[in-house]
Amino acid sequence: MEILVASAVGVMTACGIYLVLRRRTFPVIVGLAMLSYAVNVFIFASGRLAIGLPPILTDQARGYTDPLTQALVLTAIVISFGMTALIVMMALGAFLETGDDNIGMEADAKESTQKPGTAE
Amino acid sequence: MNHWIIAPVILPALLAPFIVLVMRHDLRLQRIFSTGGTVALLAISMVLLYTAAHNPPQVYFLGDWPAPFGIVLMLDRLSAMMVALTALLALAVQLYAIGSNWDARGNHFHALFQFQLMGLCGAFLTGDAFNLFVFFEVLLIASYGLMIHGGGAARLKAGVQYVAYNLVGSTLFLFALATIYSVTGTLNMADLAVKVAELPPGDAALVRTGAVLLLLVFAIKGALVPLQFWLPATYSFAPGPVAALFAVMTKVGAYATIRVFTLIFPPTTAATGTLFADLLLPAALITLVIGSVGVVGATGLARQVTFAVIGSMGTLFIAISQFTVPALAAGLYYLIHSTLTGAVLFLIADLVLKRRGTDNLNELRPPMAQHGLLAALFFAGAIAMAGMPPLSGFIGKLLIMDATRGADIVLIWSTILVTSLALVIGFSRSGSAVFWKSHATTAKKLRAAPKPEPLAFVIVFALLTGLALLTILAGPVMDWLTATSAELFDRTAYIHAVFPPAKE
Repeated sequence: MEILVASAVGVMTACGIYLVLRRRTFPVIVGLAMLSYAVNVFIFASGRLAIGLPPILTDQARGYTDPLTQALVLTAIVISFGMTALIVMMALGAFLETGDDNIGMEADAKESTQKPGTAE
Repeated sequence: MNHWIIAPVILPALLAPFIVLVMRHDLRLQRIFSTGGTVALLAISMVLLYTAAHNPPQVYFLGDWPAPFGIVLMLDRLSAMMVALTALLALAVQLYAIGSNWDARGNHFHALFQFQLMGLCGAFLTGDAFNLFVFFEVLLIASYGLMIHGGGAARLKAGVQYVAYNLVGSTLFLFALATIYSVTGTLNMADLAVKVAELPPGDAALVRTGAVLLLLVFAIKGALVPLQFWLPATYSFAPGPVAALFAVMTKVGAYATIRVFTLIFPPTTAATGTLFADLLLPAALITLVIGSVGVVGATGLARQVTFAVIGSMGTLFIAISQFTVPALAAGLYYLIHSTLTGAVLFLIADLVLKRRGTDNLNELRPPMAQHGLLAALFFAGAIAMAGMPPLSGFIGKLLIMDATRGADIVLIWSTILVTSLALVIGFSRSGSAVFWKSHATTAKKLRAAPKPEPLAFVIVFALLTGLALLTILAGPVMDWLTATSAELFDRTAYIHAVFPPAKE
């Protein structure tokens, strides 16, 4: 169980980092999603792994599993979902405006001389 | 419980959706309500400042859940000061955006602006580490919207980079929090301070890992080398007033560093020791050097200001890395100063860009409208940023140097002094290229003068007056800040506010 969870977090993080370092926006976004999955599993594991135990104590319960990490994971999922939707929209906007989905800004220093939206 | 503590979060949180839902087609109403909201925020922050100055740290239990089970907000001198600084800067930036018509170039400027304020105030007030993450996300998601306000290909592209970089930062933040939680079983900052201090030695390695990850996250926010790469593109492509507001966003990283590494992991902690001071000082020195090299080498005016901001973050982190009361007080003085100076320089760069048509320093252009006035304003702003007398940058750097007369005196003093010279050289180069060489061109005036913007100029003057006041009132301000940093190092008051000591 521990090996499974740990290797899942490790493999997903490694894939995520590899994809984030790519040049095009699509792999970067997939990589970010992968990283957020990895961190969600990691948070889940930080409350200790317990099998078949309820999160809320009752008189019959033999033990309990930490409910707080589950709440934290829920928050993290909601936020990363919203953020992923946002970056997809922005990447689409940038792709439609510039015609390529390269994430780098090679002519960065040159382009900064003419800021967008300032020409009358 | 003092319910005013939650007001700086609630007010913008209610106002922003109200603006989106009710008055999204009427810019004038948006301006009135949004400015009214910011003025109210400023008034509330003044009340909080007064309360914090006359009371020990105060706690606000959200939903009246007892700590550490519920989320708490904390009001102490530092958080009150940061909220007041944010409100002050926000009012100036908002009036500038109205005066220069920036808010009309896209939709929902004012709603996003209020959400940004909610995130900033929340991040400064919260006393819970996970809640800090949530408020970071609130302020970031609003900043994504503000950053691409006005649209344009280059701005969108820089925006995607900025979002991607910060999403990786958020992931790192979650990894750090989960690691710390797995060791201590709590995320309440006061509870963490108690638990980390009495940690068994076997858990030290894990909590050190978590704390270093946390430091990396704050270094991303505070643009500390080697994590500063996102800042130049983001700030130079963002609209002028938005970049000015972002001047306080890098300070969120500095604030979080101060809070976490004085309260939870102070240098006296057995598990971590002086690890963070040892990591922060070299990073801060290199940040300062890179910033000043960028100022000398930048080809655009706005880009030059972004590197000056990076350099000022380096100076600030040098002060923080000392972890002593006088050094931190000096750092806080420099924090106020560099926020206002960065903002004023971004606004001036925006005014120049609008009149000159290009940001490039190597292109010659004929004199622009209001040439002399802008030259004088830029001169004052550059003096403040470079740290020359008579403005507050000089006093700030002097205080920091005075407080760093320790073992690293040669390294710190020489870095600060040499980089100040580099800033002077860089700003004189850009000032002469923009304002003096223009008289050498033979071309006649090519651009029609834009509409007069009295409000925008008034705001720039007001911010410079603020800097002058900060200089004149340096004595009383420093007394207040010394008390603030003494309060930060005396952790018992903060912890006892959350967990009252048992009565005998």
